[in-house]
Amino acid sequence: MNLFFAVLTPFLGAVLVAWASRFGRSHAAWAAGGVALTALAWLSPLLSQPFAGTTVVQRLEWMPSVGLDLVFRLDGLGLLFAGLILGIGLLVILYARYYLSERDSMGRLYAYLLLFMGSMLGVVLSENLIQLLIFWELTSLSSFLLIAYWREREMARMGARMALAITGAGGLALLGGILLLGEITGSYELSVILASGDLIRGHSLYLPTLILVLLGAFTKSAQFPFHFWLPHAMAAPTPVSAYLHSATMVKAGVFLLARLFPALSGTPEWSWLVGGAGLCTLLLGAVVALFKHDLKGLLAYSTISHLGLITLLFGIATPMAVVAGVFHIINHAIFKASLFMAAGIIDHETGTRDMRRMQGLWQFMPFTATLAMVAAASMAGVPLFNGFLSKEMLFVEASEMASQQSFGWLLPVTVTVAGIFAVAYSLRFIHDVFFGGKPLELPRTPHEPPRWMKVPVEVLVLLCLVVGLFPAQTVAPLLAVAAASTLQTALPEYNLAIWHGFNPALWMSVTALVGGVLLYLVRRPFSLLHDRFEGQLDARRLYNALLQGLMVIARRITALLDVGSLQRMVFVFIGFALLLGWMGWSGDRSVLTGSRPLLPVDAMSLLVTAVLTVISVAVVILHRQRFTALVLVGFVGLVVSLIFVKFSAPDLALTQLLVEVVTVVLLLLALYFLPQHSPVESHPLRRSRDGLLALLVGGGVGALAWAVLTRPHSSIGDFFLANSVSGGGGSNVVNVILVDFRGFDTLGEITVLALAGLAVYALLEKLHISGPSQNADGRDWNWDLHPVIMASFTRLLLPLALLVSVFILLRGHNLPGGGFIAGLVTAVALIMQYLANGVAWTHSRLSANMHPVVGVGLLIATLTGLGSFVFGYPFLTSTFGHMKWPLVGDFELASAMAFDLGVYLVVVGATLLILIHLGLMHGKEPVRGKGGH
Amino acid sequence: MNHLVIAPLLLPLLVGIVLILTQRMDIRLHRLLSVVAVLAQIGLALLLTRVVSGGDILVYNLGNWSGPFGIVLVADGLAVWMLLITALLALFALLYACQGGDVNGRHFHALFQLQLLGLNGAFLTGDLFNLFVFFEVLLLASYGLILHGGGRARVRAGLHYVVLNLAGSALFLIAVGTLYGVFGTLNMADLALKVAATPEQDLGLAKAAGLLLFAVFALKAALLPLYLWLPAAYAHTSAPVAALFAIMTKVGVYSIIRVYSLIFGADAGPAANLIEPWLLPLAMMTLLVGMLGALAATGLRQQAAYLVVASVGSLLTAFGLNNPEGIAAALYYLPHSTFAAAALFLLTDVMANRRGEVGDRFEPAPAIAHAPLLGGLFFVAVLLTIGLPPLSGFIGKFLLLRASMEHVAVVWVMAIVLSGGLMGMIAMARSGSLLFFRTLPLGGAARPVAPAVVPVLVPVVGLLMLGIAMTLFAGPIHLYVSAIAEQLLRPDLYIYAVLGEHL
Repeated sequence: MNLFFAVLTPFLGAVLVAWASRFGRSHAAWAAGGVALTALAWLSPLLSQPFAGTTVVQRLEWMPSVGLDLVFRLDGLGLLFAGLILGIGLLVILYARYYLSERDSMGRLYAYLLLFMGSMLGVVLSENLIQLLIFWELTSLSSFLLIAYWREREMARMGARMALAITGAGGLALLGGILLLGEITGSYELSVILASGDLIRGHSLYLPTLILVLLGAFTKSAQFPFHFWLPHAMAAPTPVSAYLHSATMVKAGVFLLARLFPALSGTPEWSWLVGGAGLCTLLLGAVVALFKHDLKGLLAYSTISHLGLITLLFGIATPMAVVAGVFHIINHAIFKASLFMAAGIIDHETGTRDMRRMQGLWQFMPFTATLAMVAAASMAGVPLFNGFLSKEMLFVEASEMASQQSFGWLLPVTVTVAGIFAVAYSLRFIHDVFFGGKPLELPRTPHEPPRWMKVPVEVLVLLCLVVGLFPAQTVAPLLAVAAASTLQTALPEYNLAIWHGFNPALWMSVTALVGGVLLYLVRRPFSLLHDRFEGQLDARRLYNALLQGLMVIARRITALLDVGSLQRMVFVFIGFALLLGWMGWSGDRSVLTGSRPLLPVDAMSLLVTAVLTVISVAVVILHRQRFTALVLVGFVGLVVSLIFVKFSAPDLALTQLLVEVVTVVLLLLALYFLPQHSPVESHPLRRSRDGLLALLVGGGVGALAWAVLTRPHSSIGDFFLANSVSGGGGSNVVNVILVDFRGFDTLGEITVLALAGLAVYALLEKLHISGPSQNADGRDWNWDLHPVIMASFTRLLLPLALLVSVFILLRGHNLPGGGFIAGLVTAVALIMQYLANGVAWTHSRLSANMHPVVGVGLLIATLTGLGSFVFGYPFLTSTFGHMKWPLVGDFELASAMAFDLGVYLVVVGATLLILIHLGLMHGKEPVRGKGGH
Repeated sequence: MNHLVIAPLLLPLLVGIVLILTQRMDIRLHRLLSVVAVLAQIGLALLLTRVVSGGDILVYNLGNWSGPFGIVLVADGLAVWMLLITALLALFALLYACQGGDVNGRHFHALFQLQLLGLNGAFLTGDLFNLFVFFEVLLLASYGLILHGGGRARVRAGLHYVVLNLAGSALFLIAVGTLYGVFGTLNMADLALKVAATPEQDLGLAKAAGLLLFAVFALKAALLPLYLWLPAAYAHTSAPVAALFAIMTKVGVYSIIRVYSLIFGADAGPAANLIEPWLLPLAMMTLLVGMLGALAATGLRQQAAYLVVASVGSLLTAFGLNNPEGIAAALYYLPHSTFAAAALFLLTDVMANRRGEVGDRFEPAPAIAHAPLLGGLFFVAVLLTIGLPPLSGFIGKFLLLRASMEHVAVVWVMAIVLSGGLMGMIAMARSGSLLFFRTLPLGGAARPVAPAVVPVLVPVVGLLMLGIAMTLFAGPIHLYVSAIAEQLLRPDLYIYAVLGEHL
């Protein structure tokens, strides 16, 4: 599991470093270096294997059912990249120790760097592509944190967000591409995918797959037209730029091209897309780099250009081009990291990165200048330095392509032009900074940096030289295994020599060098031209426009939909329900009227219907006068209870009657706080729209009711009728359903009632509202009126009413009644006391705290249900029996009656809880103008 | 009868009753009781998970009346999965509330327990009308909770929530009434049998009722176009309630999954796959408007609420694919999105409490106390919420996309899910950058004294750890939810378990 631990170590190390940094800056650096070395140590036992031609694959099961395991792979390509990541990583850690100023948090930088290191190792050591994508996105995220390291700088935040958006978007596209690859090959694992090249290229999904994968690679490697994020990422501290934005992270894109080369390459689409993007990027980067005044800007565009070069080589796609591509990955990482570090030293020592302000730094820092010159020569492709070797290989490949295609000559020409620019900008980097006069108004007087800040640059520059001079003795084995694992076939014959004789490539090199020097000398007019058009032909503008567009669309759409209007929400809900109902109904040959014969129309029904219609219409017309409307609504309720009577449902009728009374009292109490008239607030058009909707809904519900009622009906109700006496021990089927067959529903409903009481109580306690002190006509409310006759009468009525409710409760199982109705009767009787005798009188006799009543009621009902556990039956199983009472005679006792008692108590308690506390609000001193809701 | 099935209902009911009866008691005792009850609830859910993990379906006939006549509780894989998610979420929401939010109003703990009763009842019941009853229980409790603490904006948003849900309840009754009128039964298994054999003349009626029911569930789930209540309600209620409400939309999602796989699923004969033409497009549009809302949000609470909308979109997109992989993806994504949203709401509250007057609004403010710690947690919460690697949100997204590969709408699903992810990333990069990076200097004013950070972060970290655990154990969890998905696609198993003796 070494590979797993190698990847895991930096992640754990990030936490360690964040902790260690509290002991001092060097502690953080040592810890970070130790972490990188530990990761390397995990890899070291395996290092020899790729050279022996074996691919190490280590597996940890994760989600095998969907083909997603943690599988790590170490082959030549992975080894090369792991080496770059850890090697340059170590140098960057050392460098950063001296780069950061005292004000900057050391621990944070190292922690983020290690997060990035782990992510990057994960990318290059993944066998499973979904796993690769996970690490891929982690590199974007850690890069976001690193770019935004100087968080107080606007440019840093902006650059970080841009980098995240572009590379993150590419990552999402890549996810799509990988999923398609998995769909084509049946696996996400490289060993399968790399072996399925023909299957993939022949598949109908090849092109979308290719495009999605390339989107991922191109965004990450800053290929045209996605290149613009990279210069903005230069807002990061220079060690970060050196590490992420030149040596490693941006190489993840070309790594992906290399990794999937055997699976995706070899088609015209590949050549055109990859080669085309590479060529454009190569040229564009090289040209723009020449004109950047910012040191890091120049290096950033140069990086873009070199990434384009590598991409172009993979686009050319001959085995030799791939070897060259892999070689240039190595070379570029080495010289560009050292150049960034040199630029960082210059920035660090002079306090500026603007090349127009610095000249002649040679006299202050000759050693650094020498190092930079070697690295820049390598970047320019000067012979004897490593960059020359791989660039020469590109020239060879380009010149060979020339003869193969009709416009093939374009390739060597473009490549040479790019080479000219590369020489020119490298020359500028050296000449503008170190020579050519004296520096202007530098913020600080420069001098050589601390000893250990130079060491990483020295190491890298030494590598440039050694590789450049003795390629076959140094880099050749590594290049061979890396290229071989990229190609997955035998390597072509090649010779890593500096001198290949007089061939076209040599002339291209010479042209580039000579042309580059000339271009540098005559660059001024071009530079002015560039400055004039700077920022005008920039893909970044497109990006910003797109982002702004997205934000505008988001705000518009959200503002359009989400207006916080209740009316709108209800309208949409009702409209949607209507649409759904209609779609459900209209699809098939549905019949509205069922086969059931209709009852004859009698005068009574007709009259009741007519009354109901008239009152309902009246409610609509008079709804602005709230008290009148309330009375009419109460009337509707009463008529409905008559309808229940007509259809022989006495329980329902009684309940309806009582609920109506309680509701009207409740609403009257609430209306006290509201204006007596509803003002007209909406436009007539809108009212007609709502009216139409109401008609449609009413019609719809009416149609549903009609359709259901005209159909013959057989239901579980028949079972209840048949089993009520034998199974439930009661002849009042409605009550037996409530307390027995569906007693659980009732338990739920009394819980609802209790909740309503609690919620209203809690809300009212927090609500500070005051009613008007005057009525609509401007007269003061009368506060002391309790009519004597009514008061005495209700006091007399109370015991009677209570007796009636007990009677109703007890007989409920067999005759109309039951706990619910009885509870309402009691509640009404008690409320009458409040209304007639006033709050003070009643409170002195009856506690306003109804919580115990509610709680005890729920408890009794629940315990009754639990009682059946004792006998081994399910919750709420009822039992009943008959017993002889002296004087009373035969009396039936059912456990359901205890349950009904619970129902009774909850109904009384909850109803009174609401009514009393709403009523108590009235007692509060009326205050005018105090805010209410 | 295995009383274990009803225990998740009796426990919160009894505890709720005790809390009502002892309302004057010390709040610390109430907290203790409430937390112990929720811990016990988790234990019960785990026990049930063990019992049903072999594929068994437990049926409990209330009042000893078997289906279709009495009310039955059915503990199948899906129901128990929901119970477990609810109990885990409840624990952390409750722990956060116990930091002092619970005394801003009366009866918090009683309402909380009865809310759990409603939720658990809705998940366990096998009876459509009883589902309505439990919807009412959970709604009434939620009315109380959403208004908990009071305040103008909260009462306004809460009132909208109440009125809209009352309309929803009315429509629920109409739909259930119609189904009862046509089929004469309320038991869901029995309904499934009867719907599959709907005579032609009743088909329109049955479909209309089925689709009306969909409107009700879509309202609860906050599916487009019925999502508009959610951003305001969630953004204005108290943090622990918003966290608990992460499960409220899931009740709607659960009901959609249950009813449209069991009653109107593939086996429903003439009414088969009733909502298939509706669900996937609406879900994908919900995902988009959710992400657009997150982009346009002016405060973090609102943004988190819109991300909840988007997560409902993803969740129902996965279910809308209507294949075993899609349902499994939805069942994986469901707890993930619940925990992630809750963590984000709680974290938002912690941060808003440290930003003084500015609160959660996207305006620059001085750096908050404990910024590194909170920033790290925020980063993790965001990764979870918008589905970035390597956490459970990404795995959910991966499973969803993988399930869509063979679907006709694969291009749409991929385009919308991936671009939705991008929008989420842009939105959260902006807000994270503003909250943690773009800080103002403190100036002369002293930094407000920050409340203790550890107690409030325990629940946040707990929720995030759940997300991380879902990542680490993604393999076994995926196997488990795949088994549930298979079970859901075999409604005959459910029907046989409930009605076996009557078939």
